[in-house]
Amino acid sequence: MRRLLYLLPLAVFGAVVAWMAVPLITGDDPRDLPSALIDRPAPDFALPGLPPADGLATADLGGEVVLVNFFASWCVPCLAEHPLLTRLAREEGIIIHAVNYKDAPEAATGWLVRHGNPYARIGADRDGRVGIEWGVSGVPETFVVDRDGRIRKRYTGPLTPAQVEAELLPLLRELGR
Amino acid sequence: MIPELGHFALILAFLLAAVQAILPLVGAQRDDPALMALGRPAAIGQFAMIAIAFLALMYAFVVSDFTVSNVVENSHSAKPMLYKVAGVWGNHEGSMVLWVLILALFGALVAVFGGNLPQRLQARALSVQAMIGVGFLAFILATSNPFLRVDPPPLDGNDLNPLLQDPGLAFHPPFLYLGYVGFSMAFSFAVAALIEGRVDAAWGRWVRPWTLAAWCALTIGIGLGSWWAYYELGWGGWWFWDPVENASFMPWLTGTALLHSAIVVEKRDALKSWTILLAIVTFGLSLLGTFLVRSGVLTSVHAFAVDPKRGVFILMLLALTIGGSLTLYAVRAPALKGGGLFAPISREGALVLNNLLLAIAAATVLTGTLYPLALEAMGGGTVSVGPPYFNAVFMPLAVPLVAAMAIGPMLAWKRGDLPGALGRLKAAALLTAIIALGTLYWQTGGPVLAFIGIALAAWAFFGALTEFADRIRLFRAPPAENWRRALGLPRSAWGLTLAHAGLGLAIAGMVGTSAWKSEVIERVGPGDTLALAGYELVFDGVERIAGPNYSAERGSVTVTRNGDTVTVLRPEKRWYPVARMPTTEAAIRTTLLSDIYVALGDGPDPTGGWVLRAWHHPLVPWLWIGIAIMALGGTVSLTDRRLRVGAPRRARGNAAGGHPQPAE
Repeated sequence: MRRLLYLLPLAVFGAVVAWMAVPLITGDDPRDLPSALIDRPAPDFALPGLPPADGLATADLGGEVVLVNFFASWCVPCLAEHPLLTRLAREEGIIIHAVNYKDAPEAATGWLVRHGNPYARIGADRDGRVGIEWGVSGVPETFVVDRDGRIRKRYTGPLTPAQVEAELLPLLRELGR
Repeated sequence: MIPELGHFALILAFLLAAVQAILPLVGAQRDDPALMALGRPAAIGQFAMIAIAFLALMYAFVVSDFTVSNVVENSHSAKPMLYKVAGVWGNHEGSMVLWVLILALFGALVAVFGGNLPQRLQARALSVQAMIGVGFLAFILATSNPFLRVDPPPLDGNDLNPLLQDPGLAFHPPFLYLGYVGFSMAFSFAVAALIEGRVDAAWGRWVRPWTLAAWCALTIGIGLGSWWAYYELGWGGWWFWDPVENASFMPWLTGTALLHSAIVVEKRDALKSWTILLAIVTFGLSLLGTFLVRSGVLTSVHAFAVDPKRGVFILMLLALTIGGSLTLYAVRAPALKGGGLFAPISREGALVLNNLLLAIAAATVLTGTLYPLALEAMGGGTVSVGPPYFNAVFMPLAVPLVAAMAIGPMLAWKRGDLPGALGRLKAAALLTAIIALGTLYWQTGGPVLAFIGIALAAWAFFGALTEFADRIRLFRAPPAENWRRALGLPRSAWGLTLAHAGLGLAIAGMVGTSAWKSEVIERVGPGDTLALAGYELVFDGVERIAGPNYSAERGSVTVTRNGDTVTVLRPEKRWYPVARMPTTEAAIRTTLLSDIYVALGDGPDPTGGWVLRAWHHPLVPWLWIGIAIMALGGTVSLTDRRLRVGAPRRARGNAAGGHPQPAE
């Protein structure tokens, strides 16, 4: 019994290594993640705005192809993808709405002032309930919503330039036609 | 030519490490002194070879040798010299060379100063150290050769990531690596002791200075990283619970635990198998940190190139090193004989509590860091759980830890007297109460938690001072006697006081800036005034300036208080054309009690206005001062005679000042 106790660290360590090895060895790209919401209308929600931006609600989606980006000021990967989102908004003219996830409003506005604001509308999801509705596992996540207000694509983790060139921009062009 | 020399030196180092890994170990098993003695010259030779390789790489950076692909990718001829040198470790390949350089440095130090170690223990420890070296040198040679050439060479380089072009960050990685890799020494000694099947007080005395040195370096490294984040990355945030920060924080937590449990091994011959386990886990977490940063499995602003092949290699190294040592642990540790018994209320008991809380804290940080990985393994992508998780789980652990920190040193070994210890802390309790009530009176805003935090900080600070005052019989003996006692105290006692008091200061800084910071954010034109925490900030305007490898827009903000000019702050927005990246340079004015922090936002708008953002961060300087004092405490403790590496045992009564060393 006592000996088993000394085996415990090894067992825990083995589990952790196995856990980390899976995505590395299988080489799957786990970012390409289907969502239960794909091709379904965006969930019903209405969020207050993050001043000075207006809030975001289901009614604001549809009519145009938009991105909905979940971000937070405490989230470092969000900062990593931020210049890319800014470029998409400013140079490609893509409308990006945001849900500010589990964040303090002053921290979020400060973050946006400091790094620039690429978002058209920003909903403040302070307690993360809307995040649950959308099924996000954390931040950042980005959804593509088409003209009918349906979710067409989900990206977990920060967007990369390669992803944007190869997938996102062609998809947006196709949906925009 | 010189890069090739560096490459050959690395290959030679690899071969020497292989010799050092095998022969002394065989010698120790066969009881062959000649084979065991091989470890020392091999360790010194290995270090010399890696040093040559490192200098060769540094030379390539300094002269901007653009035939070397690593220099092309990470340097630029117009970059200031400091960052050319820092560029050596500002990239994946170079930082791995620095990693093995420090690993070999520690091995060489054991070879040079370890003359009074038992030969067998030294031989085995050097072997284990060299095994790690073999693994990482193979990693560099196989997947990350820093000396690769490019043909034809480009005219100029791609420049270093501008965020990293900063004096704080230039010295951050070397300290961090000294810490990470320094724990390899405790690990090597732990594995050597497991092979030997014997852990005694002498072992504890041998392991402690290495752990302490690594801990000091890691503390400074984390402090520098946090300071950098404060003024370069954020809006005055100093800790982001970013995976890379966590990767350095986890070994710090377990290393702190190791530091304390090694005292118990040394003084009381107890907690042996736990201490061995901590040594293995601490180095394991350092390796895990390296893996997380290098493999790119977690996204972070700090992360370097993403390459799955490298990730698999480091994961294999991690599995072999830690898996192997934990297997050895499972086989050998049950046979380790426990030493002295102790009551739950005792110095040992307090140290066990400290270890328990630190270990749980490390486990919660580990969980929070790996949770996104777990999600990824199940197909969830790279996400961040962030501060909401960490603050919720970490704070409840920190409170009892700090509360007990003042009491522990007051307790006697074996069996302590808790009411007596608390009685001696009356003065500290009184001062803590005064500070807490004073805070309550002066600061009407702020969360309740902040008052608890300030009280804790005061408790830790005054508790440490009370313990010291107690030792030198302050107010109970004449000042001359106090002074004589203070000089006669072992350096480790000074170290304890400094480190614990430093932590108190650091906590006050953390709480102060989190709870009572104030900020203003406004669109301003020249001549506009902002009010912030009793100061008036006058925006004078923006001018364009040119730096060595960037251009910038520099704002000018005059800070006045009641009409008197305090200072002129010059925040900048820089643009690095080669790397095509903007950075924001905040301007900070510190009074040692608080910081005024000004950053330039978007602008100019069509009317010539700029967004200006200003913060008042109360107490934040104490955070860095506290961390520096903690590291100073560790360093002072390191100079304790008992631990002085390689110092021949001098006759008693011959210590500095001619006083006999008092018993502890």
